[in-house]
Amino acid sequence: MILEIKNIIKYFNGFCALMNVGLEVEENTLHAIIGPNGAGKTTLFNLISGMYDVSEGQIAFRKKPINELRPHQRAELGIARTFQIVRLFGHMNVLENVMLGSHCKTKTGLLRTLFRISLRELKEEKTTRENAMRWLEFVGIAQKANQIAVNLPHAEQRLVEIARALSQDPDLLLFDEPAAGMNPKETVDLESLIVKINQMGKTVLLIEHNMELVMEISHVISVLNFGAKIAEGKPSEIQQNPAVIEAYLGRKR
Amino acid sequence: MIFQQIINGLMLGATYSLVAIGYTLIFGVLGILHFAHGEVLMAGAFMGLYIITWSGLPLYIALPLAMLATGILGVLIDLLAIRPLRKDFHLAPLLSTIGVTIILQNLAVKLFGGFGTRFPDAIGTTNYQVGSFFISSVNVLILGISLSLMVGLYFIIAKTKIGKGMRAVSENHMVAGLLGVNVDWIVLITFGIASALAGAAGVMIGLAFHAISPFIGLTFALKGLVVMLLGGLGNVAGAMIGGLILGLAEVLSIVLLPTEINLQDIFSFGIMILILIFKPTGLFGTRIRQG
Amino acid sequence: MDYLTSVVTIAGINIIMALSFYLPFMTGQISLGQAGFMSIGAYASAVCTVKFGIPYVPAVLIGGICSAMVGFVLGLPALRIKGIYLLLLTLGFGEIVRVVFINIDYIGGAAGFPGIPYQEHTLLYAYGMVLILIVFFNRLRKSRMGRACQAVGTDEDAAEVLGVNIIAVKLTAFSTGAFIAGIGGGIFAHYQEYIEPLMFDVMHAVELIVFTIFGGIQIFWGPIFGAFVLTLVPEFLRIIQEWRMELYGALLVLMMIVRPQGIISLDSVWSIEYAVRRLFRIKTTGVLSPSRTEGK
Repeated sequence: MILEIKNIIKYFNGFCALMNVGLEVEENTLHAIIGPNGAGKTTLFNLISGMYDVSEGQIAFRKKPINELRPHQRAELGIARTFQIVRLFGHMNVLENVMLGSHCKTKTGLLRTLFRISLRELKEEKTTRENAMRWLEFVGIAQKANQIAVNLPHAEQRLVEIARALSQDPDLLLFDEPAAGMNPKETVDLESLIVKINQMGKTVLLIEHNMELVMEISHVISVLNFGAKIAEGKPSEIQQNPAVIEAYLGRKR
Repeated sequence: MIFQQIINGLMLGATYSLVAIGYTLIFGVLGILHFAHGEVLMAGAFMGLYIITWSGLPLYIALPLAMLATGILGVLIDLLAIRPLRKDFHLAPLLSTIGVTIILQNLAVKLFGGFGTRFPDAIGTTNYQVGSFFISSVNVLILGISLSLMVGLYFIIAKTKIGKGMRAVSENHMVAGLLGVNVDWIVLITFGIASALAGAAGVMIGLAFHAISPFIGLTFALKGLVVMLLGGLGNVAGAMIGGLILGLAEVLSIVLLPTEINLQDIFSFGIMILILIFKPTGLFGTRIRQG
Repeated sequence: MDYLTSVVTIAGINIIMALSFYLPFMTGQISLGQAGFMSIGAYASAVCTVKFGIPYVPAVLIGGICSAMVGFVLGLPALRIKGIYLLLLTLGFGEIVRVVFINIDYIGGAAGFPGIPYQEHTLLYAYGMVLILIVFFNRLRKSRMGRACQAVGTDEDAAEVLGVNIIAVKLTAFSTGAFIAGIGGGIFAHYQEYIEPLMFDVMHAVELIVFTIFGGIQIFWGPIFGAFVLTLVPEFLRIIQEWRMELYGALLVLMMIVRPQGIISLDSVWSIEYAVRRLFRIKTTGVLSPSRTEGK
């Protein structure tokens, strides 16, 4: 079990966003999290990646509790994420954005940058760049490497974000609504990309509203509503689950 | 003796509240912290001073005039330094208002000199006796005016169409616009009201301290921002209460601490640091827009 | 000729100061305290040369280190504070330093610190430091830490999730900015031969913001350009001198309306870089300057 979440409660100034949510993510699976808007899915991601602190509960990564770790330490452990609204670093170009992913795996600090003591720094920079290019080719936009990130069309920006996450060399990837704003063709390409990533041995946690995509590729689906988990299981089970249907469509009158 | 200080503290606090309300209104409606608001107060103080000395008009005419003039200044600042800004650079309003601050403060030093200027006694000082305590007419006036202004503001926000527009815009800029609220107009009016309040505060500070200088802008800017922090950004009621709290705290600190240490200004400063580090949402919670 | 030398020397010192502002600025920290750090460096180095007979270069370095240490201490609470509140914090810091120095008689108090040994060829030392800083910023721009700084300045939270230790980055940038300001102060002190607390007041700190915003915020050449031009031009137009601060204020507002990225933008630098490279037929060695004709 790569990620274990136990009894998570999260309050925001009196408003309860997550109530007693638990999650077990098995390694190498493609695990989807679905639920109506406001269910708490992104909040959950923010708790896992460390952007928020839990009000109560434990999060463990590879059996190691990570509640006290800052986000950058979690990245070093192997957790990477993309955001609901793409958060690239606007004025840098695509390649530089992706090279930032390697930050947690490289070591050149300020002094070595200045004083170039050995060739190691140059070598590391070269490796970082090659690594970044490789991931850009993997997601299919290597030809845009030199463009300013914020000038790319939305779907391509999303791909850059994914490449950036991949260059962290993570074991667990959190994708927050990656298909949002994509047209059908782009969505299909994204689908195969995510599957490819999962097949490389990476665990994928996916928040998505696109039900076709979710049902097609997930191994496990967890359903959240109003801050609580209401169902969990294989796609076929979830499709039949009355609680899930009610959550999305309302109760049958 | 303590009672006297409490009254002074409330009086001081009332002026802080007026400044802070202005900040909070602008923050609520525009999402920016108007760095030059303190200079607007300073300008209002000087305008009041000159209106009184040149025209000899009584206070109850001079004050509204000063408020009007300051309100116009605020509107000008909005039109010239805020509205034309591009929306994509999030630091632009801050930097622009820093620019306005520099202009106003240096102009003031050129016009009025770098030292304090005496503020005329626009009202005779009489002391009223309440039980075994004395309240001066200055205290009464300032507290009275501040209170009326705050009540008036509450009335505007809660009961008028303009107030409704202000509330709508501070909830959600874009949606308010889509629903037909003229956002630019509302922002303009908000600037006018906020600046007028600051002008009133400036005049009353002149009355209370008998002197003003071009540098009070920054001091009150700091105090106003601290009060906003205390009360929560965007929270008008919080600004009112927070101002009174700060005024009381400052005055009482002078009373309670040894006189060599002039901690007044560093006091508010220290409070700001403590709040920012430990409770950035303020004592009464934030009410900023999402997004 | 002498007049020109003196103006250019002051411009050099201003470039150092503008760059001392720019480094924390890159990580999203707008500091009004650089004048305060400059004064710490000025006084510390002056004390070294005058009271302890320490030679120029080590004295100036010590000044820088003192500023850096204070910068570290101030940088800690600054980590949590953003935007206008950081501005106020650093403003307050500058004022506190000024008031403290007014009250220390050992260094002259309000009357100032006279008798600082004049350093021959300060011009060379100033521009030597500028050169070092150019190399520093240039190497930074194309390095791991440089990318990290920019990321922190653009979107702190996203950077942290990516693995950047934003606390370390911001604190280092802030302290190093203080160090650079301290060096500037030391060079300044040994050029003016006399320093007093009033020379390091708020308006001087604000000037640095104007230099950077005017010059350009996207790349370190901006502050260099801004400091140089805005120091030289007022010297040659007396009318401007008298209204200098008001014009700076108006410039800030104008730049925000018309060209928020400043005069020197990334585009300008790339165009120049590209032209130079074409001129000398230098092959691209993997330098990351996106050019419209180079595809991949």
